[in-house]
Amino acid sequence: MVPTLIGRIQTRFFLLATVGVLVTLIVVPLLGGDLGTGLLVLVAVGLIGVLWELLYHFLMQFRWEKDWPTSFGLLTLVPEGLLLFFLLRSGAISIIDPAPPASAFWIQFILVWGAMWLVANGPMRVPFIRWRFRGGRVL
Amino acid sequence: MATPQTPPTPGDLTPELLAAPQWSDQMVAAAGIPMYDIPFLTIGGGIGSFVTLDYLRIYGVPTSQMRVVSNIDHPWQTYEFLTRCSQIPRPERIRSDSASRPDNIWGFPSYGVEEAWREKKISYLWQLFTEPILNDYWTPRAGTVFRHLEREARRINYWDMLVKGQVRMVRRRHGGGYFTVVTPPEGASATKRIVFRSRFAHIAIGYPGLKFLPDLQEFRQKYGDYQHVVNAYEPHEQVYEFLKTRPGTVVIRGGGIVASRVLQRLFDDRERFGLKTQIIHIFRTFISGSHGPHIWMRRRGGDGWAYQGFNYPKSVWGGQLKAEMRKLEGADRARKYKEMGGTNTPKRRRWQEQMRDGRGGGYYHAVQGVVEKVEPTEDGRLLSHVRSGDGTIRQPVSDYIIDCTGLEADIAEHRIFDDLLKHGGAYRNPVGRLEVERHFEVKGTASGDGALYASGSATLGGYFPGVDTFLGLQIAAQEIADDLARRGFCRRMGPARSTSQWLKWALNKPV
Repeated sequence: MVPTLIGRIQTRFFLLATVGVLVTLIVVPLLGGDLGTGLLVLVAVGLIGVLWELLYHFLMQFRWEKDWPTSFGLLTLVPEGLLLFFLLRSGAISIIDPAPPASAFWIQFILVWGAMWLVANGPMRVPFIRWRFRGGRVL
Repeated sequence: MATPQTPPTPGDLTPELLAAPQWSDQMVAAAGIPMYDIPFLTIGGGIGSFVTLDYLRIYGVPTSQMRVVSNIDHPWQTYEFLTRCSQIPRPERIRSDSASRPDNIWGFPSYGVEEAWREKKISYLWQLFTEPILNDYWTPRAGTVFRHLEREARRINYWDMLVKGQVRMVRRRHGGGYFTVVTPPEGASATKRIVFRSRFAHIAIGYPGLKFLPDLQEFRQKYGDYQHVVNAYEPHEQVYEFLKTRPGTVVIRGGGIVASRVLQRLFDDRERFGLKTQIIHIFRTFISGSHGPHIWMRRRGGDGWAYQGFNYPKSVWGGQLKAEMRKLEGADRARKYKEMGGTNTPKRRRWQEQMRDGRGGGYYHAVQGVVEKVEPTEDGRLLSHVRSGDGTIRQPVSDYIIDCTGLEADIAEHRIFDDLLKHGGAYRNPVGRLEVERHFEVKGTASGDGALYASGSATLGGYFPGVDTFLGLQIAAQEIADDLARRGFCRRMGPARSTSQWLKWALNKPV
């Protein structure tokens, strides 16, 4: 899927609300973490993600094809994860207090991200046949 | 004295029919042409017709409601002929994205994943992950595409819908819908023509025809030589065979994917058989680096070529360019087409290497120039008069000239479009082809509760740019299927049916 700006944002929220929630429901209890905190982390990934998507969209303008290669979709987990991690550590996100321990955060974050990336790169097209032709718009 | 008149053949077009833009059932009956009813008819029988029928079958339309009129036996026949001529036999890879699968409307699993699974090659997955940054785009083998098309054609009972014949014209019907006039094969019908009466018709007849470069056309006609000046899209194996027998020189014209392919064949043969072939490559537009109006609109290029992964920038099939073009009309649309247009080819590592070796070894010469004329020399070779932008005149002598420009003829060269433009109410879009709606209905051709659609190359210049590609044909097919659903011909497919149909596809079960 080659995204448009609105498509990026919609896909992010849609996948967080489906795949992200599902993975969190499985993983967080297994790690002995607090489910509420785990779900709030997803909300933070979504909201801060809108700003990230603006940045990605801007960077994409330098590409002739106006595309977003598959690898970028996975590797962006590094800057996004780091930023969120430091924001949580520094207490900047007051609704998530206490912040989850580093190991729990990273395991949840990486698994959620990986699952979302995998679904976005194929299975998403099975139920939603129009999604890839509309720049990732779900609505 | 009265002019002697030959009585009209029974069941043939009459002057009355030819002159009338709209026909009634009585007019057709009076001409003695047998009439067959079918709600949906697609004309062409290539990949455009196939993917449209595939969508509609998956949406739930039974074969009894649809027919495809074609002069070919299987949907990939013309495509395979053209790819084979342009040096892509079945084991070679075409220029198409891994997830563009005309046999699979979901594009999942992609060809890449499937080939990786079958050939147990994890390197394909790595290439898919790292394309186009660390690796070339992964592209499928032509053979993979054809094999899967055959499987899907069987699954949807394609051949139950196929009617062999040559379509002559489509005319609007009084009271709604269309008449499609077909000339059946010799002996298949008692009459010269038959007519399909349908509520919906779809035209997907592919390229109207090949057009030669004018100077080459002139040479062929003037000297009657069709052996030494060839088009890459016609069989030209004699060129490669000749070069195996003695050292020779070939002039290549054009800077697109076909030129790349032909070059690769010449380089491969040179290497494989130890040949001494000299190659002179003439670019009319010689690209020497990145080009484009501003930093956000710049395409890579060099050594003559403009580089691009696929026929169009990737976002035309679903991203930003698709969304932008959908809103543009008239001159704005034409300008956008021009901005992203221009002949181009992928920057594949293998090709770069071969050209580098060729330049270094002094057997590959790329030059900018416009060929003014081509003449035969006394010893039966070909002399090209080439004028460069800086005024330099070159006169290379060669044994063969291969036209790789892939120029397409005007749509009116095809009699169906010609008739549609003259009698059907259709008109041209800002780039001169057939103007279609966002849902691919041909503008100006509405007839009662019926609709006439078109997809493929003839509709280039519309609200959607990537029309003459696998994915483009599928995008058109989806728009058409959804429009047909709005008109009550079928039900719009939602996530549940889509998923269950995908499972059937995966298990190769009938729709």
